[in-house]
Amino acid sequence: MTTSTDERHTTPTLIDHFEQGLDAPICMTWELTYSCNLACVHCLSSSGRRDPRELTTEQCKGVIDTLASMGVFYVNIGGGEPTIRSDFWEIVDYAVNNGVGVKFSTNGSNLNAERAKQLAESDYIDVQISLDGATREINDAVRGPGSFDTAITAMENLAEAGFEGFKISVVMTRENVDQLDAFDALAQKYSAQLRITRLRPAGRGADVWDQLHPTANQQRELYDWLVANGERVLTGDSFFHLNAYGEALPGLNLCGAGRVVCLIDPIGDVYACPFTIHDEFLAGNVLDAGGFRAVWQESDLFTSLREPQSGGACESCSAYDSCRGGCMAAKFFTGLPLDGPDPECVKGNAEDLLGNVDSTTTPRPSLDHSRPAAAMTYTPVSITAKPPLAAVAEPRVAPSRSCDESPLAGFARDAHA
Amino acid sequence: MTAVRTTSANESTNHEQPETFPFDTGWDLHEHVQVRPERFGALLYHYGDRRLSFVKSPELRTALELLAASPTARLALSNAGIPEAAHPAHGRALSTLATTNMIVQRQREDHTP
Ligand code: SF4
Ligand code: SF4
Repeated sequence: MTTSTDERHTTPTLIDHFEQGLDAPICMTWELTYSCNLACVHCLSSSGRRDPRELTTEQCKGVIDTLASMGVFYVNIGGGEPTIRSDFWEIVDYAVNNGVGVKFSTNGSNLNAERAKQLAESDYIDVQISLDGATREINDAVRGPGSFDTAITAMENLAEAGFEGFKISVVMTRENVDQLDAFDALAQKYSAQLRITRLRPAGRGADVWDQLHPTANQQRELYDWLVANGERVLTGDSFFHLNAYGEALPGLNLCGAGRVVCLIDPIGDVYACPFTIHDEFLAGNVLDAGGFRAVWQESDLFTSLREPQSGGACESCSAYDSCRGGCMAAKFFTGLPLDGPDPECVKGNAEDLLGNVDSTTTPRPSLDHSRPAAAMTYTPVSITAKPPLAAVAEPRVAPSRSCDESPLAGFARDAHA
Repeated sequence: MTAVRTTSANESTNHEQPETFPFDTGWDLHEHVQVRPERFGALLYHYGDRRLSFVKSPELRTALELLAASPTARLALSNAGIPEAAHPAHGRALSTLATTNMIVQRQREDHTP
């Protein structure tokens, strides 16, 4: 592919190559089901109910064959709660046996001691437990009653089984930024690694973003914490908009959507990124002629995302080289132009723009699998004496079949791995 | 994203640093490492520590692919078409890959000169 980036540099940098797209994704997420036993208020995929069009076991294996032939190193499996699928472990085994590593995100519901032992034995499987508060109160306000205890039990099982370095995955919110050290301590306690990612206004996250995204002061705290501790902590390259504060955080610092990142959703639709489940970012389906390979390598959407992008209003900003205008998904779902500042621009350049957005025309996710009966409304913990969700708690049920309409599982995981 | 390292044969390095890569021994890719060719060279992924490395030259990628079949790293470089003069620069790249466990020195006891 010839692009103006090639013409600008005699020797293209690695970032240039990444911007122009690779032959296969580096960081791909595959959500196996929209079904979930939880109903997290910020779920990026609006999960809850299983989609009847969900890929079958055989179709999933076909996808894995394609990924293997493309040299995809590993997939980040999520959902929904992926372990709800009765064929989940079969799919994981099939991937590993075909040379595709698996990192899966789970709320921990199905990680008993025996399963933890099996997982600890494989170098090709990594596990990520979602946790959004270092305390029960903060976590359960976002993820629902019982979810903290479930996650802690799963972590204990993994630690007990000797699974070192599993991930504890935290979405940073207004309520938990000041718990960073406590999360870090939890990770050390369980010989795990802390992974923090950015809250994006995707899926149900759009409904709570105003209430839950970190304040300007918290963004600064988070940045300073990452500068001091970033070596030990994974971030999924989430926070590059914070680079505008000064020194760039470790990572590639670019929006990888459709270039090195993509999402396959439970029905096989391929989106540019896990945080862009919207028709505008739908590139194709793995069941189309040519399969995933053709979608990745030839779709019109991905081709256009790999062309040089305009930075718009950001191009005159002194921080543009390291901030790059931030996250495309965050801009899209807050109604901002894609070639302008991130809604959380640390220089405050999005404030006026956000004030002018007509919220009735803000894009909504194209799909919503939320279970109405499980709907939780978020009430900030700081203004209530106790977690507000007890009233809407649903009894936890064990998953019985993958086709249950309201089975188990769920959480938010992130995109970039 | 996974932790990332870049290995390039032409990146500027400290010129005081002595050439230390043991070219004349046998090397292999780590058994948990997978190499994926890309236009710029290759991506390497280590399933053990789940780290990604970049090799920024197609010649070095070829040399890595030839490592296992070559008695010494020097022969792998030569057979990949890398001229002797460029070996020191590639030695630095190989050293980085060795430090990060992407390649490992062959265990075979071989005392022939
Ligand atoms: S849209 Fe946002 S979350 Fe998705 S790849 Fe780009 S920066 Fe990352
Ligand atoms: S104006 Fe754009 S480039 Fe500058 S800090 Fe804000 S988002 Fe980043």
